[in-house]
Amino acid sequence: MWAFVTRRLLYMIPTLFVISLVSFAIIQLPPGNFINTFVAELRAQGQGVDNAQVRALEERYGLDDPFLVQYGKWISGILLHGDFGQSFQYQRPVSDLIWDRIGLTLVLAVCTTLLSWAIAFPIGVYSAVRQHSVGDYVFTFIGFIGLATPNFMLALIFVWISFRYMGESVGGIVSPEYADAAWNLGKVLDVVSNLWIPVLIIGTAGTATLIRVLRANLLDELRKPYVTTARAKGLPEWRVILKYPVRMALSPFISTIGWILPTLIGGEVMVSIVVSLETTGPLLLDALSSQDMYLAGSFILILATLTVIGTLLSDLLLALWDPRIRHAQTAKG
Amino acid sequence: MRIPLLTAGSRRARSRSTEDDTDGRTAVAPQWKLVLRRFRKHRLAMASAVIVVMFALVGVFAEFVAPTTPSDYSADHTHAPPQRLHFVDTTDGVDLGLYVHGYESTRDEETLAREFTVDEDHKIPVGFFVRGEPYEMWGLFGTDRHLIGPEDPDERMYLLGADRNGRDMLSRIVYGTRVSLSIGLAGVALSFVFGIVLGGISGYVGGRTDTLIQRAIELLMSIPTIPLWMGLSAAVPREWGPLQTYFAITVILSLVGWTDLARVVRGRFLSLREEDFVLAARLDGCGPARVIGRHMLPSFTSHIIASLTLSIPLMILAETALSFLGLGLQPPVVSWGVLLQEAQNIHSIANSPWVLLPGVAVTVAVLVLNFVGDGIRDSADPYR
Amino acid sequence: MDTDSDVLLEVKGLRTRFRTDDADVTAVNGANLRLRRGRTLCVVGESGCGKSVTARSILRLIDPPGRIVDGEILLRRDGSDGRPAETIDLAALKPTGRRIREIRGRDIAMIFQEPMASLSLVHRVGNQIGEAIRVHNPMPRRQARQRVLELLDQVEIPNPERTIDAYPFQLSGGMRQRVMIAMALSCSPRLLIADEPTTALDVTTQAQIMDLLVGLQHQQDMALMFITHDMGVVAEMADDVAVMYLGHVVEKGPVDTIFHDPKHPYTRALLDSIPRIGGARRERLSTIRGTVPAPADQPSGCVFRDRCDFVMPGRCDRIVPPPIDLGPERHVRCLLHGGAEPEAEVTTSQEAADAG
Repeated sequence: MWAFVTRRLLYMIPTLFVISLVSFAIIQLPPGNFINTFVAELRAQGQGVDNAQVRALEERYGLDDPFLVQYGKWISGILLHGDFGQSFQYQRPVSDLIWDRIGLTLVLAVCTTLLSWAIAFPIGVYSAVRQHSVGDYVFTFIGFIGLATPNFMLALIFVWISFRYMGESVGGIVSPEYADAAWNLGKVLDVVSNLWIPVLIIGTAGTATLIRVLRANLLDELRKPYVTTARAKGLPEWRVILKYPVRMALSPFISTIGWILPTLIGGEVMVSIVVSLETTGPLLLDALSSQDMYLAGSFILILATLTVIGTLLSDLLLALWDPRIRHAQTAKG
Repeated sequence: MRIPLLTAGSRRARSRSTEDDTDGRTAVAPQWKLVLRRFRKHRLAMASAVIVVMFALVGVFAEFVAPTTPSDYSADHTHAPPQRLHFVDTTDGVDLGLYVHGYESTRDEETLAREFTVDEDHKIPVGFFVRGEPYEMWGLFGTDRHLIGPEDPDERMYLLGADRNGRDMLSRIVYGTRVSLSIGLAGVALSFVFGIVLGGISGYVGGRTDTLIQRAIELLMSIPTIPLWMGLSAAVPREWGPLQTYFAITVILSLVGWTDLARVVRGRFLSLREEDFVLAARLDGCGPARVIGRHMLPSFTSHIIASLTLSIPLMILAETALSFLGLGLQPPVVSWGVLLQEAQNIHSIANSPWVLLPGVAVTVAVLVLNFVGDGIRDSADPYR
Repeated sequence: MDTDSDVLLEVKGLRTRFRTDDADVTAVNGANLRLRRGRTLCVVGESGCGKSVTARSILRLIDPPGRIVDGEILLRRDGSDGRPAETIDLAALKPTGRRIREIRGRDIAMIFQEPMASLSLVHRVGNQIGEAIRVHNPMPRRQARQRVLELLDQVEIPNPERTIDAYPFQLSGGMRQRVMIAMALSCSPRLLIADEPTTALDVTTQAQIMDLLVGLQHQQDMALMFITHDMGVVAEMADDVAVMYLGHVVEKGPVDTIFHDPKHPYTRALLDSIPRIGGARRERLSTIRGTVPAPADQPSGCVFRDRCDFVMPGRCDRIVPPPIDLGPERHVRCLLHGGAEPEAEVTTSQEAADAG
């Protein structure tokens, strides 16, 4: 098992390396020297910028150096000092701006994952065990709609409904009256009441996918001979199903967390933009629109890294869950 | 245990000789025919296929189908609500024929917002193949015939309402169909090239090449697509023309979208490589090109078609999301995502919810494409 | 005959049907079988003849769309294990109900063809056997574990202490089948149904497993229903034989009479297709003409007539052969041996429609 963990950790290194390259390439993509943009912006705001300052900036980001050297300066800044560079728009270090937002995104992603599972598991099992029942058709249909509707559409509809029928515009994780309050039960309840609908919206597509995967897997497993064996022992039907085929069907289910995470993060970004939650989404969009590239690149880097870590966790979970994977890995490693 | 499997031939004649004949015919029926036969039995997929064809026709003949052009505006009809299409006029006697009622608009003194009420007395007859706004069909010839529209070219018809410039939502959605569907198709076509080449190499060659390509795919899949797409499309220069942007967005979509297809192709290659008929072909002295081209590809064409069909909706969703955020296609290009930009303004949604209608088009298109793709996949492999 | 106290289970006129949108297949069509304590009944026939479906019908393990549509499956309890003596019609029980669950594993146990697929790969051996024990005899885990070790020892698994914590994918095919047998024996059933338990194994392992089964049967005085397509295995194991073809039991009787005096042309053909050691070298092994038709395409009249060398046109295609008594426990369904008289011209409505 430890060999497996070690190997998976080692695999992460090249992945993370390439991710950082891609993120840096995105930072570099917009045409033009960003220092010029920066200086132009400062001048537009009526601040004088002297040449020494410009030189210092150029020195710091190594603008005259080749791509790889610039990349080296950028990545070592992040790894050694946690310095993600400067946001031109906010004129503050990127690291000041992002961590709160990333944290909220993470909270949303975790909540959404848990909720998706909690919804998808019973429905998936029910749909497979009662295949062709009315309930199965209803859930399958709703699932398809959930898959087909872009979740920002759902968010828009939600915005419309709440504006129309509740007469208020939505948005924000913490209601104004709690904005400056310290954390207490009231504030937590407030956050929960503000969050559950976004979480539901973000999770729709993922939940629909999970239901489909679980249903399909379970349908395959239900016809396997070991299910008959379990029945032939005289076990009650629900115990047969929960202990054997569901257990087997969950293996692919667990491994899907890995690739559902990117979708979740993407969905979170989109939905947060629509209902203006103070997470990565709106700030990332803002940064990209104003070509505040260090800010945008850092977001992409961190989101991708988090996804890779999430995938790793789901792989480890899978190995714990399925002895075949555990033993196959030990045998090889 | 083998539960007796009922095959397509279960209604065969009873006598041996005819049964053998039917068996023989089934055995030589080409793969695609078998797939098609199974697909026909799939009612939902068949119905969806019909809708897909309708979408395609609308996209192809957008200029003709739309009642007017997408840029035809009217300052007097800002956010005009959808009109009801009447079939029979019963105000005095029974008068068959399509018509809509005109608007009576008033301006709210305080908010300056325009308010529309239906003007029952103002009847606008609607007809087919009427003259309207002139357009160039496929850039080839000019005409002013529209499939449907008000009979009097000076009247205005808003079956699905108007946007903030008084442009006809129906016409804009129709034009958007062309752009959104074609960008889905073009993106999938590009992904297809990437996917089949890299997936094929990966699956057929195996070994170190396979590992390398697989790592690359896993890596791409582990990056959250929306932020990546956002990052890449933000880099598309603003001063590029609509056509250039269109291609750039297509390339960006397929850069990220080819991985799924590559995995499908590789998986198929890997399992087929172990099949006896491939081994037989190889032992008969067929070279790799012939083994792949003649023996392996035909046996999973339908799987590829299924995967392609299932990736089109993903592309459409991605384009819609990007354009909605303002990072994808830009006006005056009309795509469903671009149309939805109007819905970013909460007051637009609140007062004129019909600006969300392009989203309905997206949902329906994605839904039916999914059904068709699933249908093809089920027919290609009835045991899964 | 019904008073025969050795009879454990009696199948009467069993009909199991699979109904789908496309067709309606009768996989078992009026089967009659009788299983006695301490004796082995071999059910033999080509694949697709309804052997497995018969076995699964007894334990009510037929998956939908399959269904028992007719007949009785009578289980006799003699009251020796403390439960009241009674006769239960299994065909009338609810397939997921409590009554049938009490019978599964306890009165009747079953082992299957593929030991790899029939065991869960993600649960330890001890867990899977222990569960079978505890479902009928609630006991502490520790005690159940002790019993599992005994069982593993009984089925001659070397090193039970290690095997009990192994996963099935770590065991060889023969070992897995032994685990299956241990599981089946865990509640000392009075009838063991073995559905081609050796087909997936290599020849040496086959012989070992068969020896083990015979030994255990004698030891526990169980009835054994052994399903196979291999006449060689039948010769070795059987006390009684039932030959099935396309859902019908075409011939049955004690093993000696079947082998030395086969009456049904199908039984003869099966016996002719056994290779004989010491036979003429270049002699071609005889085969049965044609293949088993799809169950949905049952011929009218006698189901075997299309492949029969002795077919009587005008009779075999019109008359469904009734079971003909040829002595104690000896039946055949073939018009060559009687039943062709006009008054015996019984055709079910479905088959009459098919013929017309």
